[in-house]
Amino acid sequence: MTRTTDIMGWGRYPRKPGQMVRPRTETEIRAHVAQNGIIARGNGRAYGDSAIGSASTLDMRAMNRMISFDDTHGQLVAEAGVLLGDVIDAFLPRGWFPFVTPGTKFVSLGGAIAADVHGKNHHCDGSFGAFVNWIDVMDAAGHVTRASRFENTDLFAWTIGGMGLTGVILRAAIRLRPVETAWIQQNSLVAPNLTAAIQTIENTQAATYSVAWIDCLAKGKNLGRSIIMLGEHATLSDLPAERRDHPFSTPQRKKKTFPFDAPTACLNKATVKLFNALYWRKGKQSTGTSLVDWDSYFYPLDAILKWNRLYGRAGFVQFQCVLPLDQSEAGLTAILTETAAAGQGSFLAVLKRFGVQDSKLSFPTEGYTLALDFPANAKTLALLDRLDAITLDHGGRFYLAKDARLAAATLHKSDPRMSDLRQMRLKSGLDRQFSSAQSERLLL
Amino acid sequence: MTDLAPVLILGGRSDIGLAIAHRFARAGHPIVLAARNAETLKDEQNDIAVRYNVTVALTEFDALNTAQMPDFVGQLDPFPKIIVSVIGTMGDQSAGEKDLDAAAQVMRANYEGPALIVGLFAQRLAETGNGTIIGISSVAGDRGRATNYIYGSAKAGFTAYLSGLRNRLADKGVHVITVKPGFVATQMTANMDLPQALTAAPTEVAEKVFQATQSRRNIIYVRPIWWLIMRIICAIPESIFKKLSL
Repeated sequence: MTRTTDIMGWGRYPRKPGQMVRPRTETEIRAHVAQNGIIARGNGRAYGDSAIGSASTLDMRAMNRMISFDDTHGQLVAEAGVLLGDVIDAFLPRGWFPFVTPGTKFVSLGGAIAADVHGKNHHCDGSFGAFVNWIDVMDAAGHVTRASRFENTDLFAWTIGGMGLTGVILRAAIRLRPVETAWIQQNSLVAPNLTAAIQTIENTQAATYSVAWIDCLAKGKNLGRSIIMLGEHATLSDLPAERRDHPFSTPQRKKKTFPFDAPTACLNKATVKLFNALYWRKGKQSTGTSLVDWDSYFYPLDAILKWNRLYGRAGFVQFQCVLPLDQSEAGLTAILTETAAAGQGSFLAVLKRFGVQDSKLSFPTEGYTLALDFPANAKTLALLDRLDAITLDHGGRFYLAKDARLAAATLHKSDPRMSDLRQMRLKSGLDRQFSSAQSERLLL
Repeated sequence: MTDLAPVLILGGRSDIGLAIAHRFARAGHPIVLAARNAETLKDEQNDIAVRYNVTVALTEFDALNTAQMPDFVGQLDPFPKIIVSVIGTMGDQSAGEKDLDAAAQVMRANYEGPALIVGLFAQRLAETGNGTIIGISSVAGDRGRATNYIYGSAKAGFTAYLSGLRNRLADKGVHVITVKPGFVATQMTANMDLPQALTAAPTEVAEKVFQATQSRRNIIYVRPIWWLIMRIICAIPESIFKKLSL
């Protein structure tokens, strides 16, 4: 089935009219890949234009069958359209959880691999790709290659974090983590400013999960004040006695759907400031340890379906960069100062320490990553250009899964690996075969 | 885990059929998918088995081949206790107006086939004194309309058949559920422009069917708004109705 529609990412900016096809079998995909300018799309959780094909978009959501599970090694083989939430639904009751999960469970496996997503445990475990045993990738001729760390290693390396620009990821084998319960032992700490936040994060590197929420409207001596949330998978003995008989059953969270596009006026300096101030006060009051169910801990926003409508029809953009360790404090100070001065604070400002990462294209590198979101408007776009410059000055780089507006020159200056990707694509003809609005904009 | 009743899905290739299979499998029920060319459902079979750790079997079944039906029912092992008929086809109304064969095909696929097969199962279940028969009928059967009365009349027949069956089996321990989904976003409707508020996802149909089985409901509309819409449509006097284009 083919239809022409407005295609957009999670941020709903930009929107591009285009053709979307929804294949149900490998044979149907083969019929589509021969046309140039195609890109595979998972569940549309990339924020910008990563999954908008330049000519045609391959909606992979009907390719969502699980293929096998090996419960001695925790290896799941599944089609690329399977969602992380499906994996959790099926295997958490049997004592398995994804090794790496981003902040939403509504990502497809194919998308998670293509963006090589990271989670709150990157400093300990690395990114999603570290737990991918192999992938099957279809090229423009319809030929399927199995790639791993042992065979077709080049294809494997270019595809993990390759934003779908090497072909269509059809299926993958991923490793799951054995867990004793569906609960997380959470420990929240408060840091009054950025220096203290970094200090606290550095001192708690042993924690499996670690992420900080930053009040990005705080200025002066409060700049960078944060709530740092650490977490460990709770063991059976961590649970109160009455829960030990059913360690994988957690209270069902009520799902709410954000009902309409919020009028732009709802999201202004005052409401953002109020939200940040309230969140800060609530966080300060609830420090210490607590037992939190997996869904609330990893996916607080998933409880509000379609929360992206909060930003209204114009949509929103995310800014996410990573700064090398020795430049982190200076760079973050500059970014937060610029953001606070612009009064363009975001509802969700997330700070996270990355560990070392050794892969061909992936976003993470040892240092600090900061994610901010803003309503899509001219003022934001101007601010983001300034934040790009600060990132460049501090040797940082950008996360393509979040990007909707970066300039090609900025990307290539920040990350010489992107030129390698382009050269490889030019040489093999992949540049014509597989391309997205993003890859065209960024000259990938 | 206690052994839960095996669930047979007649029309196991359809989006609604598969969604219902997933829902019952999630609760731990063994599944049998019955369809034409059943062996091509291997990926779906595998998927359900891997996700929910239940046994999933495939079996060949053709709703138009009524002669084969007694043998089909006889060979099932284990014998299912929950039978779901998702058999049916929309057909092409305008083709059916001119072509007897096309019209007959729609009538057979939406009435004769599903009614005869659930009738056979009803007989067997009545002997053992328990079980559930679930028939996916349609709101189109509530009143004939110019745009789809061939399909609608066959569904009306199936709805009446299920109603009679429920009446007959009420004191025999066998429960019969009639499901009227309204619009559903499936392969069958992929090219139709359906109003979002009236259109259910296949998983939504499956959830309602599962709940109706647990709570032994008789007739369900998947989205409650459809009950209201159909009450209004049925209340319009024929002298007016015949002039409307709905």
